Amino acid sequence: MQKRLFRLVLCLAMIALLSGQRAIAKEQEAPGLKMADQSQINSAKWTTVDHSKFKELKKKFTSGDQITKACLSCHTEAADQLHRAIHWQWLSPYDGGYGKGAYSINNFCISTNKMHDLECENCHIGWNGKHDGINCLKCHGQTNMDWRQEFKDLKEAMDSGDPDWVGEIQADIQKDVVKIGLPQRRNCGSCHFNGGGGEGVKHGDLDGSLIRPSRNLDVHMGIDGQNFTCTRCHTTKNHLVAGRVYSTPAMKKHVSLVQNDLAPKIECESCHTSKPHKKNAIGRKLNDHTDRVACQTCHIPTFARAHATQMEWYWETAGKRDKNGKIIQKKGPYGRPVYKSIKGNFVWKKNVKPEYFWYNGSIKSLTAKDVIDPSNQPIWISKPVGSPSDKNSKIAPFKVHRGSQPYDIENNTFVTPLLSEENNGFWSTLDWKDSITRGMKLMGLPYSGKFGFVKTCYVQPTTHMVAPKENAVKCIECHTRNNSRLASITGVYIPGRDRFIPLDMAGWGIAIISLIAIGLHALGRIVFAARRKEDD
Amino acid sequence: MSHKKMTNLYLFTRYERLWHWLQFIMISILMVTGLEVHGVYVWLGYATAVKIHNFVGITWLITFFFFVFWILTTGEWKQYIPTTKKLFSVIRFYSYGIFKGEPHPVPASKEAKHNPLQRLTYLGVAAALLPLQMLTGFMYWSYHSWDDWGIDFFTLKQVAIAHMAIAFAILIFVIIHVYMTTTGHTVFAHIKAMITGWEEIEEGEPVQDWEKAARP
Repeated sequence: MQKRLFRLVLCLAMIALLSGQRAIAKEQEAPGLKMADQSQINSAKWTTVDHSKFKELKKKFTSGDQITKACLSCHTEAADQLHRAIHWQWLSPYDGGYGKGAYSINNFCISTNKMHDLECENCHIGWNGKHDGINCLKCHGQTNMDWRQEFKDLKEAMDSGDPDWVGEIQADIQKDVVKIGLPQRRNCGSCHFNGGGGEGVKHGDLDGSLIRPSRNLDVHMGIDGQNFTCTRCHTTKNHLVAGRVYSTPAMKKHVSLVQNDLAPKIECESCHTSKPHKKNAIGRKLNDHTDRVACQTCHIPTFARAHATQMEWYWETAGKRDKNGKIIQKKGPYGRPVYKSIKGNFVWKKNVKPEYFWYNGSIKSLTAKDVIDPSNQPIWISKPVGSPSDKNSKIAPFKVHRGSQPYDIENNTFVTPLLSEENNGFWSTLDWKDSITRGMKLMGLPYSGKFGFVKTCYVQPTTHMVAPKENAVKCIECHTRNNSRLASITGVYIPGRDRFIPLDMAGWGIAIISLIAIGLHALGRIVFAARRKEDD
Repeated sequence: MSHKKMTNLYLFTRYERLWHWLQFIMISILMVTGLEVHGVYVWLGYATAVKIHNFVGITWLITFFFFVFWILTTGEWKQYIPTTKKLFSVIRFYSYGIFKGEPHPVPASKEAKHNPLQRLTYLGVAAALLPLQMLTGFMYWSYHSWDDWGIDFFTLKQVAIAHMAIAFAILIFVIIHVYMTTTGHTVFAHIKAMITGWEEIEEGEPVQDWEKAARP
């Protein structure tokens, strides 16, 4: 009888254990992931084409434009679609005057001078700015070829009249041009990992380390994990890529695929829903945070975890030469430059804790047309929009890049120096006066001729490099009186960080007085009892 | 010490004693974890402190309803009807008479186990402080649902401050309460009574009518 009972208990325990484990395995998968997989037509598995079999591509190309024409002979609508896209336009479709091709400025190379500053165009998807065709290979080429440079070399070879050299380059082109696919991390990264004029300059959460990241660096993109490409979240429709544009949030409303399976997958909520944590005591408490705390705030403890990122760039020190009149280039920690004559001083950092702001998905940015107040420095060229009273705002992490920039001391506007060597700009002349004058002329903006420097700040939302959950920010890092990560966040009561000091003082004060009073009372009782005993 | 004859009285029933010590354990845990959540010290770890605090808090709230049921159905609530009669002689006893070795002006009895000062204090604690602490704690715990319940005109700060203020009041009550247990005819007489149910008290003083029939 006892034996049977024992077996029964053992059986029940086993069932409980197994079902428990199954529940854990189920919970680790994001609720919307299956839907994301099902709607994932952007997968290599779906390809029905081998580009190496197309006769259109078995040609000896002499210019990039010829490749574009070959692509468009089948992909008839691609050019029309792309000409509407920001990647071609460099203009914000939502906010007039914003965009790299318009009046937007940043903390790095400042401005593209309406796409006249030629080195900036290395990151444009055209072969020659907006003048010639689209370089389809920039996003769809599957090799490491620098196509723009390759055709520059080809032109040089053809001009030299050396048929062997020409043949060699054309063979390389022929070999690589058929290797076509959907954009990989390397394709997007060729510009977005190098924003601001170099690897890891602009973004703290996007750099070369994400071409082949570990799961530890990015839990989604890790090649030893889910191996997401960028387009897995930045879903596309007719070549329009989902994402944030200046003051326009990536998504107007937080929608998960569980609610709408055709929604873009651009947000954490898309797959993880707004209640992503396990339904246990701590998980429920964590779910309580999702209304006011962005996922990224806890799940990206630091950015630039593999490569260093640039945190400061002071243009005001640019232009110095050494004793021999040569330009200077000084390297510092992480093998990154700390001074360059052509750019000024830099500070680089690794494993940086973000700064936190209330954020509703919109970023307020200044343009070269905006009047600034130099008496109130630093000037925030871009700043998160949001407030504790706005229910759509959440506490979100940012990289804040600090620096200094030239401005017009009479008109109180930023100025846009022409930089590229190809334009004989500041990087070849080190002449502020000339580069600013010509740069402002290209922008069609007034310039008084007098410039100075102002301190500036520039924010980048921190949203990539999501760490595995075991590395998420611990409760105590925010819920603490000293050095809370959210020390600068106002308008919300954070337990552990906040207290009403008069109450605490009164409470502890009365508690201590009570202790003293009972101590004296007890002493009195002892003394009087002893006296009474003597009297007896 | 008094020379009067002592007698044993069964003052506290099993449920009462169980409830008292259960509350003692729960309030101790809530105090220790609550102060950690408030940022006074780091001991268990923030997440663990929150988890324990929430679990014990909800447990307290649920078990409190059993206490309310008990006190209503047994009529024991009558023991807590406040009175000012002899209140000042009790205060005088604890601030003066106790040093002189005077007898307690209102000794405990089966029908009136609390003196007027205790009645007033325990009524305040059991009817106001503790329920308010449970209410503010419950609100604190459920703040995410305020929107749905239509009570989002409260702010977390208000609730947190109220919860903390009552926590201090309870802490101060506990300090004095624990000390007062030592004022029986021996230092541990009262604590023994709360453990065994039996209190040894001085014989003689009959229960006064006002104590038995104290009604509002």
